[in-house]
Parts: sequence; structure tokens; C-alpha cells
Amino acid sequence: MNIFVCIKQVPDTETKITPNGDGSYIETSSIKWIMNPYDEFAVEQALLTKAANSGSTVTVVRVGGVKDTEALRTALAMGADDAILVESGDNLDSYMTAKALKGAIEKSGNTPDVIYTGKQAIDDDCLQVPQLLAQMLGLPSVSVVVECSEEGGKFTLKREVEGGALEVYDVSSPAVIACNKGLNTPRYASLPGIMKAKRKPLAQHSLSDVGVADSDARVKYSNFQLPPEKPAGKSFDAMDEGNQASVVSEVVKLLREEAKVI
Amino acid sequence: MANVLVFAEANGDTVKSVTFEILGKLSGHSVDVAIVGDMGSNAVADLAKFGAANVHNLKGADLDKYSPEGYGNALKEFIGSNYDYVFAGATSLAKDLMPRVAGMFDAGMASEVTNFNFDGDNFAGTRPLFAGKVLAKVELSGPKPHFVTVRPNALGLPENPTAGAGTSNEVAANAGEIKAAIREIIKGASEKLDLTEANIIVSGGRAMKSAENFKVLEELAEVLGATVGASRAAVDSGYAAHSMQVGQTGKTVSPSLYIACGISGAIQHLAGMRTSKVIVAINTDPDAPIFTKADYGIVGDLFTVVPLLKEEFSKIL
Repeated sequence: MNIFVCIKQVPDTETKITPNGDGSYIETSSIKWIMNPYDEFAVEQALLTKAANSGSTVTVVRVGGVKDTEALRTALAMGADDAILVESGDNLDSYMTAKALKGAIEKSGNTPDVIYTGKQAIDDDCLQVPQLLAQMLGLPSVSVVVECSEEGGKFTLKREVEGGALEVYDVSSPAVIACNKGLNTPRYASLPGIMKAKRKPLAQHSLSDVGVADSDARVKYSNFQLPPEKPAGKSFDAMDEGNQASVVSEVVKLLREEAKVI
Repeated sequence: MANVLVFAEANGDTVKSVTFEILGKLSGHSVDVAIVGDMGSNAVADLAKFGAANVHNLKGADLDKYSPEGYGNALKEFIGSNYDYVFAGATSLAKDLMPRVAGMFDAGMASEVTNFNFDGDNFAGTRPLFAGKVLAKVELSGPKPHFVTVRPNALGLPENPTAGAGTSNEVAANAGEIKAAIREIIKGASEKLDLTEANIIVSGGRAMKSAENFKVLEELAEVLGATVGASRAAVDSGYAAHSMQVGQTGKTVSPSLYIACGISGAIQHLAGMRTSKVIVAINTDPDAPIFTKADYGIVGDLFTVVPLLKEEFSKIL
């Protein structure tokens, strides 16, 4: 099988995010970059699919800035065979990203049997690229997947929806599968894996190489700002047994009369 | 005044509340509603009350249940060149469907805005990025229609909605080829509203110490009609399912009331719940970061405070 995985590099979840000087994006100079956490499940699922289908290859594709290639190196060290990087700015919109991924996959010369992605990137939180990519390639897609089994190119997928309910889909290859936490346990890259990753092929393209032009921009962001801070709240001490009941009754009264949420 | 279509989901007569929030905010525009599949007649009356001019019910073979391709094809044909904007609530279904429909038009989409305005015909929205660590203005360009999804509970219901005509009609629609179809639906453990739509959330952290102890929170949630959530620490420790996780690698929520029990308040958790209208935090550590976001902070042991809260709430509810 030709297995593709689309990944993104994002700021670590513990990173404090601040707007840049002119509010056109965030301050990126001192950020620690990681592979988007949901994409780790996609890489792992690709490696599991490869293990179950001998002769398969896993190609990992990323669109983004080049100053740090942590995410691609991690995927190669986990066991992906080769990588494609499409160079762009850090805040490309979903439409351009999907179009660039499509272009890069087509340029590889391999027709995808399955494309795994994370269900969302935790930077712009758009949840658009997997479905857009599927639509552009004329493929079915299933998003927020928490269970995946495959036999002979037929996938059974469980998609998590409201209240933890699961929709069970039957889909034949080729398809786009967007992975959620819980799908699997991503492996750690081994030391030999990390050494081997350095010798694995990494193709680099520009946006125009993969058919993306400035006119493909659809979404414009501006005026990045920190959310308004709330004024300090009221604090109550309920460590002593003596006042616990009165504190609780006071808070309930405030929720009803002051905050008016009950 | 723009021509706007709002995609809505109806479960019988019940339309999701976020649809009414969107309709209220779109007051002054010419707004139609499209619902795919079965729909109760009371749904139309409710939609009219909040301003829907026409309610189009798209029906046809294979449209009785959701599929991204079937719903997408039906909507694409119906939308045609009739609308400038297509709105939807950011529900599980719409988050899956709307990007595909936008792709069918090669059109742009703004995901999960928390507010928006029109300057004449031009949309501008506000949306959180990095799970709410920052906000940004979002604008759309390129082919129309433009697509927008709106986060539930963010706009709020209008106090005095302007009613619309609420004319309803059935539209024969084609699902086209469906390659990914739902074979069955496995019900979740909870029949409660999803975290992203819940009006009240009771959430537990590492200090819950076990999955069994979440029962304490469930009992309080029962009294409040709340949905139970969890922090990443609680999920990673195996105390709660990932579907319950609030935060940057879980769900971003904005209920009216968020009660954080034994949650210290890691930055990625705060990002996911800071837009809650009112936050109550219960923690034994007075220096826990969660208290910086709390409207009402109770320094105390959740295992004594939560049952007392339950008792006190059941007196008045």
C-alpha cells in the first residue's frame, strides 16, 4: 500500500502564546515546536497499517516553515520511509494547505491507498484540512477516528461524535482518515530509528512547485490579541470543617443572585 | 444585506440551540434555513420565531442518515449560486461536513467563530486560536458562498428575536455517490449534552484519584443537569474517557457555569475553558493556577465540598 501521513508542526501545548508586534500573527521566535499531538496517532496508525501489509511504504508530508524540521524527523525516526516538505509560512490557511498537500502527494508519483492525518491541528484549530484534501482528491473521508481496522483495503472506522457516541463507517481504500486521541499509543522513536532517520530521503518543494499560488488564499487573519483578562474573583476558605457548609451555601447563593447562572 | 443560508440539524422537533443563536445574530439579513433528512413540524415554528424566512427540507434517497458525501452533494446542489454565506453551528456533524462543502465550491471557511459582524455584505469574525490562548479577526475572500461555523454558547440567545416568515418547503435532493457510509451508531455512555454544547460542566482533575470517584461529580451534575468533563491529567491517568477531556488536546468549551474540581489549571486546560461565563474552582492548593481564572474560588477538599454543593443545589433546583 502507498500510505501517506500529513503532519503539521505546532507550538508545544505548554507554550505561552503572545501576539507579535503588529498583531499579524503570534511571536514565534522562542517557541518550542513539536509534531501536532493528533498527528502522532496518524503516524502510528500508518506504521501499523504498513506492518500489516508487506511491501507498503509510509510517506510523511508536511507544509510549513523550514527553520525547524522536528516534526518530519520525528516521523521518520518513528519508522516512516520518506518525507516531503512543502516550504511555506507558518500560518497558511486550510485551503492552501490542503491544496499544497494534494500537489505534493501527486508530485510523489505514488497514488495514495490511504492518507492519515490528525483530526485537527492545535494551533489554528480549524478542523478543515482532512475533509478539504479528501474533497480535492475525490476521496471519502472519516474524521475524529478512534478505532481503525483494515483488511484487504477495506477499513472499518469508528468516528467519535457528541456524548462519546460512535459512528461506525465502512470505507474502501483509497480514503482520508483523520485520527483522534485514543486510536492507538504512538511509539517513541528508538535511538537506531533516530540515526536511520538522518539518511532517509526528504524531498523539498516550494508552494509554486506543488501548484499553489497567492490567489489561493481564502482566509485572512489579523488583529491577534490576548483574550481579555477577567477581574479577580472571590476566594473562600473551606479547609476547616466548621465553615464548609456556610462557604458552600454562600457560593450557591452568589451563583444564583450575583452571577445568575443557576 | 447578504443572502444567508443557515445549515441546521433537527432531531425530530428539536433544533440545536446554536442554530437559534446564529439566527438571532443574523437579524436584519435575509436568512433561509436548510435541514437535510427528517424534520418535525415544530422545528419550523421554532426556526421562524428566531428569524428564518424559508425553511428548506432536503429529502431524498440515502439522506435519512448522515454521510459527509451525501449531505455534501445535496447541499451543494441546493446552495448553487443562491447564497453569499452559509453558516452552521460547530457541532460534530457540521465540523465534519462544512469543510467538504466549502471545498466543493473552492470557497473559504472560518471555523468556530465566537462572534461576527457584517459591514454591508462583508463578514468579519472573531475566533480563538491556540485553543483560546489568543483571539484574532478572521475575514474571507475568494469564490462565494463563504462558509462560517459558530461555536455553541458563544453568541448567546437573542432576548427579543425578530420572527421570520418561516415558510417551509420540501426539496428533492440527490445524495450522489457515497463512499463512506455509516453502518451503525453505538450510543455513548452519556445521554447528556456534549461538553461543547453543555450549559453547565462539572469537571474533575488529577485529585479525583480514581475513575470510581468521578461518581461524586456525576451526582452533582445530575442535580444541575450538567455534563461531566475532565482534565488531561485525569484522562491520562485513566480516570476518564478522552471524549470528556477539556483543554487544548481535548474540547474547548464555553458553558455558562464551569465547576473545576481538583484541577490545578495547566495552561492547556485553562485555554480550553477560560471562555466559560462563570468559573468555580475547588482545590486544596490555594496557589493553584486555576484560581486566577475563577470567579468563585473555594480552597478546600473536593470530596467534602462537592457533596455539600450537591446538597445545597438540590434545595433550590
